[in-house]
Amino acid sequence: MPLLAIEGLSACYGRLKVLQDVSIDVEKGGVVALIGPSGSGKSTLLRALVGLTKPTSGLVRFGDETIRYDSAASLRAARRRMSIVFQQYNLFQNMTVLRNVTVAPVMVQRRARATVEAEARDVLAKVGLAGKHAAYPDQLSGGQQQRVAIARALMLRPDLLLLDEVTAALDPELVGEVLDTIRTLAAGGMTMIVVSHEMGFVREVADTVVMMDGGKVIEAGTPAELFDHPKTERAGAFMAKVRRP
Amino acid sequence: MDYVLQFGQVAGQVPYLLGGAVVSMELAVISFGLGAVIGLACASLQAYGGRVARGVAGAYVGLFTNTPAFIQIYFLFNGLPEVGVLLPPFAAAAIGLTLVAGAYLAEILRGGFASVRRSEVEAAEVLGMSRLQTIQHVVVPHLLRTLFAPLSGFFIWMVLGSSISALIGVEELTGRAINVSSATLRSIEVFLVAAVIYVGLTIAATALLAGVGRFAFRVRMKVI
Amino acid sequence: MLALLAEQIPRFFTWSNVAFLAGAAGTTLLLTALGSGIGAAAGLAIVLVRTSRGRLLLPLRAAAVLYVEVFRRIPFIVVLFIVLFSIQAVAPDASLFTIAVIAICLVSTAFLSEVIRAGFDSVPRQQLEAAAVMNFPRWLVVWSVILPQAWKVVLPPAIAFLVMFIKDTALASQMGVVELTFVGKTLNNRGFSSLLVFGTVMLIYFAISWPLARLGRSLEKHLAPSRH
Repeated sequence: MPLLAIEGLSACYGRLKVLQDVSIDVEKGGVVALIGPSGSGKSTLLRALVGLTKPTSGLVRFGDETIRYDSAASLRAARRRMSIVFQQYNLFQNMTVLRNVTVAPVMVQRRARATVEAEARDVLAKVGLAGKHAAYPDQLSGGQQQRVAIARALMLRPDLLLLDEVTAALDPELVGEVLDTIRTLAAGGMTMIVVSHEMGFVREVADTVVMMDGGKVIEAGTPAELFDHPKTERAGAFMAKVRRP
Repeated sequence: MDYVLQFGQVAGQVPYLLGGAVVSMELAVISFGLGAVIGLACASLQAYGGRVARGVAGAYVGLFTNTPAFIQIYFLFNGLPEVGVLLPPFAAAAIGLTLVAGAYLAEILRGGFASVRRSEVEAAEVLGMSRLQTIQHVVVPHLLRTLFAPLSGFFIWMVLGSSISALIGVEELTGRAINVSSATLRSIEVFLVAAVIYVGLTIAATALLAGVGRFAFRVRMKVI
Repeated sequence: MLALLAEQIPRFFTWSNVAFLAGAAGTTLLLTALGSGIGAAAGLAIVLVRTSRGRLLLPLRAAAVLYVEVFRRIPFIVVLFIVLFSIQAVAPDASLFTIAVIAICLVSTAFLSEVIRAGFDSVPRQQLEAAAVMNFPRWLVVWSVILPQAWKVVLPPAIAFLVMFIKDTALASQMGVVELTFVGKTLNNRGFSSLLVFGTVMLIYFAISWPLARLGRSLEKHLAPSRH
């Protein structure tokens, strides 16, 4: 049984259908990469999974539980198991790095502050931010902020990590440090859905690649299948375009 | 203890009160209009004047925005007779409100002038516009768009602010409400009716201004 | 005129008159402080109601909007009269000071709630989404994310309203609350030149209000939130 099963998920912004009948399975420990042109619905899919965009139809099952997006309790339970990292980091600007990553475990999950802070120091060290506990987000580079955001998501001990174009807002020289962090997570067995435009990186870490366009899944398969032998014309055209430097 | 609201006597006085609302609007329009002239003069002096002119304009604005309008008007009405100047209530109120409006409008206009960005003006000059063309096609439209909402808000504020002239005996809406209150002793009812008229009057004025702004200057303003 | 002033000034600035004026200035400040303090708290409550969710609270939300729109459209003097006569009808023993405080609070709540709402709106939506997906309860979002950032946007215009309330309290003299303007009128009636009396009273108002207005403006410059 997959950890997460998305079955026929649809969503609209007003009359615009931004997700149409999307079905994807995510196995425990697997890394699913969503690729496709801008506006193809990749980010919307992640937002829909955590209930920031309300799905209009379809099912999302987490293990053997179906998430009911119209029920606050069910959505809360789902959000306990999934963490999302946003393209724009979305850090709390009024909190230090340490407080950004500890506020939810302490105040929401009601874990003991001392143990949470000890764990936070570990996690921050792992993402290469050992000396930055007392810094505020606006004192950090984009890459550092994004690693804080990843640390913040990890501190919630999610079963599934959603990464929404986490390198898209970064200067090119800062992309590497964030990708390294994600590689380490993948190697450690973290289940992830990754939206990315970094095709080399996708090919390297993903078990499954899903190409989306116009809110629909165009094609899904292993990286080798999708990158080297796309079955659909649409995927082939997209691959040809992204491969060109 | 058990007070029962009775609007019967007050209902007959509604036309009289509405007549007062017209006087309130007159006061607001007069003081806003004349105040705009003073405000424009002050804002220009503060932006382009010499040291003395700037100081005088600044002192005027500072004095009138930091002291109660009520005292200013009270002084014009009760204090000036000491030096032989007798003003009828309406004139004292209109002069007082104009001076207040002038000071606040100077502040609003000054903020607008400051918001004209140098870059836009320079871009216009690079495009080969003359000084006059730049003012006509860039500066004035920009000012109208940025200042329309705050100016509209201030006009509404003047409609409400004109009520203090009742306290020196001007028979505008609040003044007439006071008259009806003492004649009928139905004070709560009268002032509630006056309040409803003020709410209706200002909503109508805001809606009208929003309409003008929308069609003339493409400014979107919320009515409620 | 000048001779009259020269003659009156020594008689005017007597110990008792100065004490009378100082006490009145204290009352003006107290009225303003109570009005702004209670108004800020109640204004925050209104904003919390207006930003609440759920169909159950819909009537409450509508009432909050109605309250704010209505009380920003009635002159303070009219609110003052309504409160005066209503309270005297049900509680004849209520002090004039209490009545003035209630009237100021009714108005300040409406104005300050709009200022606070603008502050709430200034917090980037993305941070609220981050809080939502981390299951922050509403109080925690408000307490730890919104308020620490919104106050910088709220404070400068709130101070501008504070200055406005100082001036509005002058109208309480009309009911007989012994604040600055009332004392001015009283001294004027005792035969002192109105130029002298109201000149002094205006100076006191100016001395209270002008530094506050300056503070508001400088805060506006220095608290401008950093954007990315």
